[in-house]
Amino acid sequence: MSEKKQNLGYIIGASSVGTLIEWYDFYIFGSLATVLASKFFPTDNPTAGFLNTLATFAAGFVVRPFGALFFGRLGDLIGRKYTFMVTLMLMGGATFAIGLIPSYESIGALAPILVLILRLLQGLALGGEYGGAATYVAEHSPVHQRGYWTSWIQTTATVGLFVSLGVIMITRTMMSKESFDDWGWRLPFLVSIIMVFVSFLIRRNMSESPLFAKAKAEGKISANPLKESFGNRLNFKFVLLALFGATMGQGVVWYTGQFYAQSFLLKTCNLDDVQANSIMMWALLMGTPFFIIFGALSDKIGRKGIMLAGMFLAVLLYRPIFEKIYQTANVANKIEVNTTDKTNVQVDLIANSIADSLVTTTTVHDYEDGTIMSEVMKTTNLADKSVASAKPEVKKTITLNSKDKWTLVLLVFCLILFVTMAYGPIAAFLVEMFPTKIRYSSMSLPYHIGNGVFGGLMPAIATFLATQAYEINAKAQSMGEPIAIDKPYLQGLYYPIIIAGISFIIGLIYINGKDRNIHD
Amino acid sequence: MVGISAGIYLIYFQALPLWQSGGNDLVPAIIYTFILAPIISLGMSIFGYYAMQGEYSTKNGEKL
Repeated sequence: MSEKKQNLGYIIGASSVGTLIEWYDFYIFGSLATVLASKFFPTDNPTAGFLNTLATFAAGFVVRPFGALFFGRLGDLIGRKYTFMVTLMLMGGATFAIGLIPSYESIGALAPILVLILRLLQGLALGGEYGGAATYVAEHSPVHQRGYWTSWIQTTATVGLFVSLGVIMITRTMMSKESFDDWGWRLPFLVSIIMVFVSFLIRRNMSESPLFAKAKAEGKISANPLKESFGNRLNFKFVLLALFGATMGQGVVWYTGQFYAQSFLLKTCNLDDVQANSIMMWALLMGTPFFIIFGALSDKIGRKGIMLAGMFLAVLLYRPIFEKIYQTANVANKIEVNTTDKTNVQVDLIANSIADSLVTTTTVHDYEDGTIMSEVMKTTNLADKSVASAKPEVKKTITLNSKDKWTLVLLVFCLILFVTMAYGPIAAFLVEMFPTKIRYSSMSLPYHIGNGVFGGLMPAIATFLATQAYEINAKAQSMGEPIAIDKPYLQGLYYPIIIAGISFIIGLIYINGKDRNIHD
Repeated sequence: MVGISAGIYLIYFQALPLWQSGGNDLVPAIIYTFILAPIISLGMSIFGYYAMQGEYSTKNGEKL
C-alpha cells in the first residue's frame, strides 16, 4: 500500500472532529429554534412560527435517509474518505449560508423557503457523513476494540450539541438580548465555516479505509451498492432488523434525552434560556464519557444487552423523570415572598391610529427558596372599542435557585445516560451487520431512518401532542367540564415510549447478541 | 399485524382529523400521512412477513 500507515488515535481524532462539526452545524438550528421562529416566519402567531421552525428543523432529519442513499452509494463505489470530505464541505457551506439569509421582515416568504432549502442540504450532508465516519473508524479498529473505538464517533453528536449550546451561550453573554435577537444569532452559523475549513485540512491527509482499499484492489467492490443492499432479500432483512430492532428505538431515546429535554425546560417549564442551556451543558458534560464506557463494555459483554437496557429504562422512567423536572421548576410549589410591578406603556401605530397602544407590564415574583419569575404581559388597547382586542400575550421566565438547578442537571443526566446506553455501541453493531462492499449504504439507511425520521420528528410530534392536550383541556374548561387530560405536559412522551417499547421487544426477540467479524 | 394496525391508526385516527381541521394541524397531518405511516406500516409489514417466514432464525433455531 503506497499510503503511510496512520496512527489509530489520529484516525479517530480526525474522523471525530469532522463529524462533530457536522453535528454542530446540524444542531445549531435546533438550539436556536425559538429565535429563528421570530426571524424567518410571520410573527403574528408565535406558536405557529415555532411549530413551523420545528417542522423545518425536522425536514432536515427527514431527508437524511436520502443523503444516506446518495452518499452511501458513493462511499461504496469511490471510497469512504472522499465521500465524507464532500459531505463536510456541503454541510459547512449550507450552515454558513443560513447565517446570511435576510429575515422574513426584509424578504418575506423567500426567507423561510431559503432556510428550508439550506436545511435540506444540511440533512443530505449529514445523511452521508455519519455512516462514512463510523465505517471508516470501524474498518481501522482492532476486532476486540471495535465498540470502544467507534464509540468516539458516537460522542460526536452529543459533543456537537454541547458545542452548539456553548457557542450560543458565549454569544448571548457577549451582547445584549436585543443585539443577539437582532443579529447575534447569526454568529454561531457563520463561525462554522472556520471549523469546517480546519477539519477539511485535517481530513485531507487521511488515507482510505484499509478494508475498502483491499476490496478495491481485489476488484471486490460492488457495482451497484443500492441494489445489493436493498434489492437483495438476504441483506434487506438485516436492514429492517437494524431499523426496527435498534435504530428506531435508539433514535427516539436520543432525541428525547438531548433535544426534547431542552425544549421541555424552555417551553414547558419556562426556564430562562441561559439557565436551561447551562443545565443541558452540565448534563451533557457528565454524560458524554459514558458513550465510551458503554462502547468499551459492549466489546466485553456484547452490544445487544446494553442497547436494549437503555431503551427499557427510557420506557420505564421517562414519565417519572419528566414529572419530577416539571414539579421542580413549577413555581406553584414554591412560596412567594415579594412581587414587583413595572409597567411600560409602548404606543404603536395600529391601523394608522396613534390612539391604539401596546401596554407591556413586567412583574417580578421572588420566592422563598431564591427562585425568581419574571412575567411579561403585552396587552393591545384599541381606540375603536367595537373591534375586539387580541388576547393578552403572557411570557413567563423562571430562574431557579442553585439547588433546584442541580436537581434538574441530575435528572437530565439520567436521560442522557439512557442515550449513552442505547447509542454508544450502535456504530459497531451496525457495521458488524453488513459486508464491506455495501456497508456504507446498508448501515446508513436504517441509521438515518431510525435517527433522522423517528428521532428527528420526536420534538415536533411531542410538542404537537402536548399542545393538543392543552387545547383539549382548555376547551373542556371553557365548557365548564373537568379537565380531560391529567398532566398534559407529559402527553408528548407517549411517542418515544411507544416507539422505544416496540423497538425493545423486536430487538429482544430477533437480535443476536454475538459480535461478528467485519473482515469478510 | 402491528404494521397494518399502526398504519390504520396513524391515518384514520390521527391524520384524518388533522387534515379536516386544517391550519396549523396540517404540519403534523403531513408527517403522519406521508412519513410515519408509510415507513411504519410498510416496513413493519415486510419485517413481520420475513419474521413469520423464519428468515431471522437458522435451522437449529439460533437467531441470526
